[in-house]
Amino acid sequence: MRPPFFVVALAAVATAFFALPLIGLVAEAPWGSVGSALLTRQVARAAALSALASTAAVGLGLALALPLAWVLARTRFPGRRWLRGLVVLPMVLPPVVAGVGLLTAFGRRGLLGGTLDAIGVSIPFTTAAVVIAATFVSAPFLVVTLEAGLAGLDRRLEDAAATLGASDARVFRTVILPGLRPSLAAGVALAWTRALGEFGATITFAGNLQGRTQTTPLAVYELLQTDAGAATLLSVALLAACLVAVVAVRGGLFREPE
Amino acid sequence: MSPGGHGIAAARAGASGALEARLRVAREGFALAADFSAPPGVTALLGPNGAGKSTVVAALAGLVPLSGGRVVADGRVWEDVSAGVRLPPRERRVGVAFQEPRLLPALTALENVAYGPRARGIARPEARRRAADWLERLDAGHLASRRPAGLSGGEAQRVALARALAADADVLLLDEPLSAQDVEARAASRRALAESLSAFEGVALIVTHEPVEALTLAGRVAVIEAGRVVQQGDAEALRRRPASPWVAALAGVNLLRGRLEAAEGEVVLACEGLRLAVLPGDLAPGAEAAAVVSPRAITLSIDPPRSSARNVIAGAVASVDPGIDRIRVTLDTRPPLTAEITRESLAGLGIAPGTRLYAAVKVTEIELFPA
Repeated sequence: MRPPFFVVALAAVATAFFALPLIGLVAEAPWGSVGSALLTRQVARAAALSALASTAAVGLGLALALPLAWVLARTRFPGRRWLRGLVVLPMVLPPVVAGVGLLTAFGRRGLLGGTLDAIGVSIPFTTAAVVIAATFVSAPFLVVTLEAGLAGLDRRLEDAAATLGASDARVFRTVILPGLRPSLAAGVALAWTRALGEFGATITFAGNLQGRTQTTPLAVYELLQTDAGAATLLSVALLAACLVAVVAVRGGLFREPE
Repeated sequence: MSPGGHGIAAARAGASGALEARLRVAREGFALAADFSAPPGVTALLGPNGAGKSTVVAALAGLVPLSGGRVVADGRVWEDVSAGVRLPPRERRVGVAFQEPRLLPALTALENVAYGPRARGIARPEARRRAADWLERLDAGHLASRRPAGLSGGEAQRVALARALAADADVLLLDEPLSAQDVEARAASRRALAESLSAFEGVALIVTHEPVEALTLAGRVAVIEAGRVVQQGDAEALRRRPASPWVAALAGVNLLRGRLEAAEGEVVLACEGLRLAVLPGDLAPGAEAAAVVSPRAITLSIDPPRSSARNVIAGAVASVDPGIDRIRVTLDTRPPLTAEITRESLAGLGIAPGTRLYAAVKVTEIELFPA
């Protein structure tokens, strides 16, 4: 059934709803002062930290998500559905709640605080906390996409490789990994942009210290109170970074459904 | 995992080169209970669709665990349920060409064929050289640099065959190896496969539902129906004593191999002492061909028949075998021809061994295949 006219009209309204804030960002940005607003020490440090923390979060997230996705996709055990629910919870949790949760786990008076203190490690309000917060909220995207990717693989190909004498490592390298490439690209793009935009959990768990824990979104928030024009320009820069990430994997993520 | 896999707990129980299989696999709604043996050389596993042929392949390859029974290949125990032995697929020396090609999509055709040698530790240049050689033998040399997504069904199947043959296996399992070949490529592929198999020293098991394929590629046939091997033997044994109506109808055909010759405006198939007029289709005189004649298409008479049948062959009755619902009468022609008649006809013609008869075959009842 083709959508009737009023549905098309509502779709146009929806498009405007999604597009207007983006148009507003670009239209309202004080482009004349782009140099003086963005070429500051604060923005440079925030951008560098964001790039580093998002990339590290994706790396750490992959190390955590791949084994978990593999177990979820290829084993049957009681409580599997609960485990999957637990893993995707950070996707829907208010980020500030995630931040409080991270404090209660890894904070000085948290569950692991005493243990970490004993070996001389203190996480909250450090760059490590920024990475952990970003990983906590972004890795679920990797688990979900990788699990779907693994479930969609044709296991008969793995069987064929095994009959040809391939070891498990070779099967993984030559069959599973190439088969997962589209899911990996989609997952990495989603997780990286989610980590890049992380705000609530970061400010709660890592604080807002320039040069150490102030990521670009935190810098936008701070600038908004002193220099709204600079905040808008920095927001446009974030938007551009997310666009680049998404376009880079467009083949995997936004391919037309066949 | 030694390359030969020969150092493993599997004791060598008299290396004859043969494959001995007692397969029990219980699946939902299907039970496989197939016992058969295959000596070195080519054996066809022939059965109708749904008989469990692909399950046999999966079980032999180690992809489906047996619930009972054992598999011994060339004296080496691959699986023995009661002894708790079960070699994983990679430690069995099998080369499998699955019914659906299962080529690895990220690799080129050449890399797919080189995959087995590479996995068994052969250096890349040597593995690629062997792969190119096998592709060439199966008329797929020009496909070497293509990826599976760009291959037709028939091309992918030839690459998969090359991959199985390149695996340097003790046992080849070829599941419907020619099913995806179109009519033009089929004869060439059959010939290429037959040539490759004649040089192969291990056990080759060709799984097929086509009797002609079984009889033209294999010297020995095991017939599987509803998960059980109901009969094993050479083509002659199947024809003489079919163990089931299916075998009688499909495997009990007359298969005549020879060369096509032009004679007096028609084309005849010269096969030992027989010269059969045939419809050559697109086969030219001089070509090697195989004719399949159903025993039911042959009519027998005491006097020379006055019918439209152009092929009338005289012979004496060599044997009379009671079949499932019909009688199989074999004449002493070279090669022997078998006809199926009813009990009433048998009584009416007064047939007994030694009776001289005329066999009539209509040209249109002869199926001709390139051989």
